[in-house]
Amino acid sequence: MDQFLQHILNALILGGTYALLGIGLTLIFGIMRVVNFTHGELYTFGAYMMFMFVMPLQLNFFLALILAVLLGVVLGAMIEFILLKPLRGADIDTTMLIMIGAWITMQNMEQFAWSGIAKSIDNPFPVDPLVIGTISVSWNRIFMFAVASALIAGTYALIRWTKLGKAMRATFQDPETAALMGVRINSVYIATFALGSGLAAAAGALLGPIIVVYPTMGDLAALKAFAIVILGGLGSVAGATIGGFILAMMEELGAGYISSGYRDAMGFLLIIIILLFRPTGLFAQKERVG
Amino acid sequence: MPAKTIQQEALTVDSLEVHFGGLLAINSMTFDVRAGEVLGLIGPNGAGKTTAFNAITGYIRPSSGHIAYRGASLAGLSPNEVADLGVVRTFQKTSVFGGQSAFDNVLMGLHRRQTRKALHIIFGLPSVAAEEREMRDTAREVLDFVGLGPRADELGSALPYGEQRLLEVAVALAARPSLLLLDEPVSGMNPSETASFMQIMGEIRKLGITVLLVEHDMKMVMGVSDRVVVLNNGSIIADGSPGEIQKNPDVIRAYLGERYKKKAQMRSTARVGAKGKKRAQG
Amino acid sequence: MNRFLEVSVVLFLASIPFWLGNLYYLHILITTGIFIIAAMSLNLLLGYTGQLSLGHVAFFGIGSYTSALVSLGFDLELTESYTFVFEPKPVWFAFLCGIVLAAISGWLIGRISFKVRGAYFVIVSISFAEVVRLVSLNWIDLTEGPMALNNIQPFTFAIPGLWELTFFKKEPNYWLVLGLCVVCFVIIRRLVQSRAGRAMIALRENEPLATSIGVDVTKYLVLATILSAGMAGAAGGLYTHYVRIVDPDIFLFIYTVTMVIMVVTGGKGTLAGPVVGGLIFGILPEVLRAFASPEVQWIIYGILMILIVYFLPEGIVPAVTQWWQRRARGPEGSMSQGSAPGAAS
Repeated sequence: MDQFLQHILNALILGGTYALLGIGLTLIFGIMRVVNFTHGELYTFGAYMMFMFVMPLQLNFFLALILAVLLGVVLGAMIEFILLKPLRGADIDTTMLIMIGAWITMQNMEQFAWSGIAKSIDNPFPVDPLVIGTISVSWNRIFMFAVASALIAGTYALIRWTKLGKAMRATFQDPETAALMGVRINSVYIATFALGSGLAAAAGALLGPIIVVYPTMGDLAALKAFAIVILGGLGSVAGATIGGFILAMMEELGAGYISSGYRDAMGFLLIIIILLFRPTGLFAQKERVG
Repeated sequence: MPAKTIQQEALTVDSLEVHFGGLLAINSMTFDVRAGEVLGLIGPNGAGKTTAFNAITGYIRPSSGHIAYRGASLAGLSPNEVADLGVVRTFQKTSVFGGQSAFDNVLMGLHRRQTRKALHIIFGLPSVAAEEREMRDTAREVLDFVGLGPRADELGSALPYGEQRLLEVAVALAARPSLLLLDEPVSGMNPSETASFMQIMGEIRKLGITVLLVEHDMKMVMGVSDRVVVLNNGSIIADGSPGEIQKNPDVIRAYLGERYKKKAQMRSTARVGAKGKKRAQG
Repeated sequence: MNRFLEVSVVLFLASIPFWLGNLYYLHILITTGIFIIAAMSLNLLLGYTGQLSLGHVAFFGIGSYTSALVSLGFDLELTESYTFVFEPKPVWFAFLCGIVLAAISGWLIGRISFKVRGAYFVIVSISFAEVVRLVSLNWIDLTEGPMALNNIQPFTFAIPGLWELTFFKKEPNYWLVLGLCVVCFVIIRRLVQSRAGRAMIALRENEPLATSIGVDVTKYLVLATILSAGMAGAAGGLYTHYVRIVDPDIFLFIYTVTMVIMVVTGGKGTLAGPVVGGLIFGILPEVLRAFASPEVQWIIYGILMILIVYFLPEGIVPAVTQWWQRRARGPEGSMSQGSAPGAAS
């Protein structure tokens, strides 16, 4: 039972970062109809920025986190502007191929820049974990969960209450009509991609100090993000949030009670099962963003 | 033209109803098409004509009602199964295989006429080659039939609009329909193209193919149809020979009068039927 | 004339081992040939039916592992008292098993995922490959996991008691790969120039229209997947018995990406496309190797892929044929001959 509670707690904490990854990807897909294969690389990028600022540059941990996320936003905007903007109106397969090319390029640039050796990042939190009864959790993870939750809430607020959010929702519904109503579609696209990328970078920057950082870490993260998005229904932010937590739960319990080797297989099994029985995802009713 | 006395019903549509969400697109539509006739189905935009086509050919599921072809129910069949019964349709928005030559378009349309299976093909049996040769000849004949013979090598998307519409009909004819559903075949054609299309229609009926025609060009509908059914707001308001329809006061009020008044407006109205078109697949 | 040209090309390719004189170059040609088979099989799905299968390496790997395991034999402890023992079987039989199992998994994936299309299909196919990879990594009793299956026999053909030929050397392996390349090429060509292939192209070009003329969508997509998976499985089997070792890395996504790059560069939906793309990306690494580390090579591939999709979206083969046709057309006007799509290439 205690072990079970510990698993649930771990899943909850991991679920926060998964949700960040999923929300970023689902926003980009829902609004732009782009299957973003660079998502995992932005996650990796966030982790490496964190490493660079904290380890060689000796910056403050929290400042490093902010910088890493901001750089993720900038990189996302650049990818959108350079690669996707010229492809407006191209079919989904074409953009997919472009994004695969970009992904391969980015991943190997990371490998080139930082070599294949895994890096670890120091953190300023107390070494002793927080112990409540028989379950324990490290301060680093608590921090990660808090920031992830804040970012999820912030994203919701942005979509719900800001002018940009309104424009995003309108574009999700119908880009042509939105454009006729005066929404600047190009700005919405670039903002969406930048936001999604920022969230992925944040997930990487938060998880980096907990796990280790290596160039191909983004592959599995991206695949998991896809699983989360399928689970929640393509384009659904609420679905992605819940999907993130469900996936984390399945992984934790699967690793705890079945076999730790298959931890990473859970997400994909989930995808295949979901698509067998409910092809549009758990929460899809062609729902709006937000 | 003399109205033939044809009794046998080919297609029967009985109390067909289609909803899109809360929107009632077709309200209790009942009509039938008799074997060998050309039936014109007319009505203002939004009257549910294209929706009816989509329901008959399996692209959308009707909410209720019954559709049967030659006595066999079409309920729950996917579009390709409907085509296998000999019911083939064209689309309101021009729809060809744009990246293929006109000739290949028709070859693709011949799918139903071919019988060789994948294994025969993989092992390259002589019967496959024989069938191919035969089909290539047939494809030429079909192209010549609609007058596109000289354009065989042009890409579908490179043909002028009027010829694309002809190609569409050629592709449908290639599928060897016994009932052909034409959705606004002459929309966008110029008068001379329309006139030659009407001749093709004459040829099609000589082949013994039953035709259900949706069209806005009244001259065309009245010229080629044996019988005309008028729809308004999703239900039938008149049914008769072209001559009777033209004199029917209800029709003049509900449809023709409005048409002349709002002709320009109607052309630009978003087409509700087409928007609701959904792919149904098995 | 055309037939003559084709036979000459094949004869030329078959003669290579006699005069090449460099076993390393021959090795490159063998691996390139194996990748060309895989790329051709991917092209059937990606190019002709328009379904982007990003899990293609799964079929390749299933072919590899099945062929390796059947030829090596294995035992599985099913319960404490009962162990299932599978005796080693001849290599040709193992190879066929690999093809069949890959084709069956293709059928399964086709049935599951063609309810959904587009982005969903892409993700299902990736997930499938990833699940298979994790199984191969973790089911150590069967696959030895990361320790890999070693000492896999090379191809052997034997008439018992009379004659036996074991493919230890490079040359026979080269001819075997070449032979299979030709077989796959011929099958795909027959297919795409037939009713079945036209149905696939019709689905890609305009699905509503295709169904309206009686094309059964699911049937042809599944057919394409089965054939494609079977061919990828054959490529996997060839690879296994050639390199004689197989580990879970065979399922790495990067190999799927390699196949995709080959198909897209050469020209998807053309017969020659995967061959041209396969030759380029099979030989390019060896050229680049002298002065670029693997990361840099991959960076170059990635950028190349982006540039090709931007500037040569149809791929090299269609671009060249169009250029050639324009040239040929110039003086004497359009040559009229209704030809099957992609047949010219």
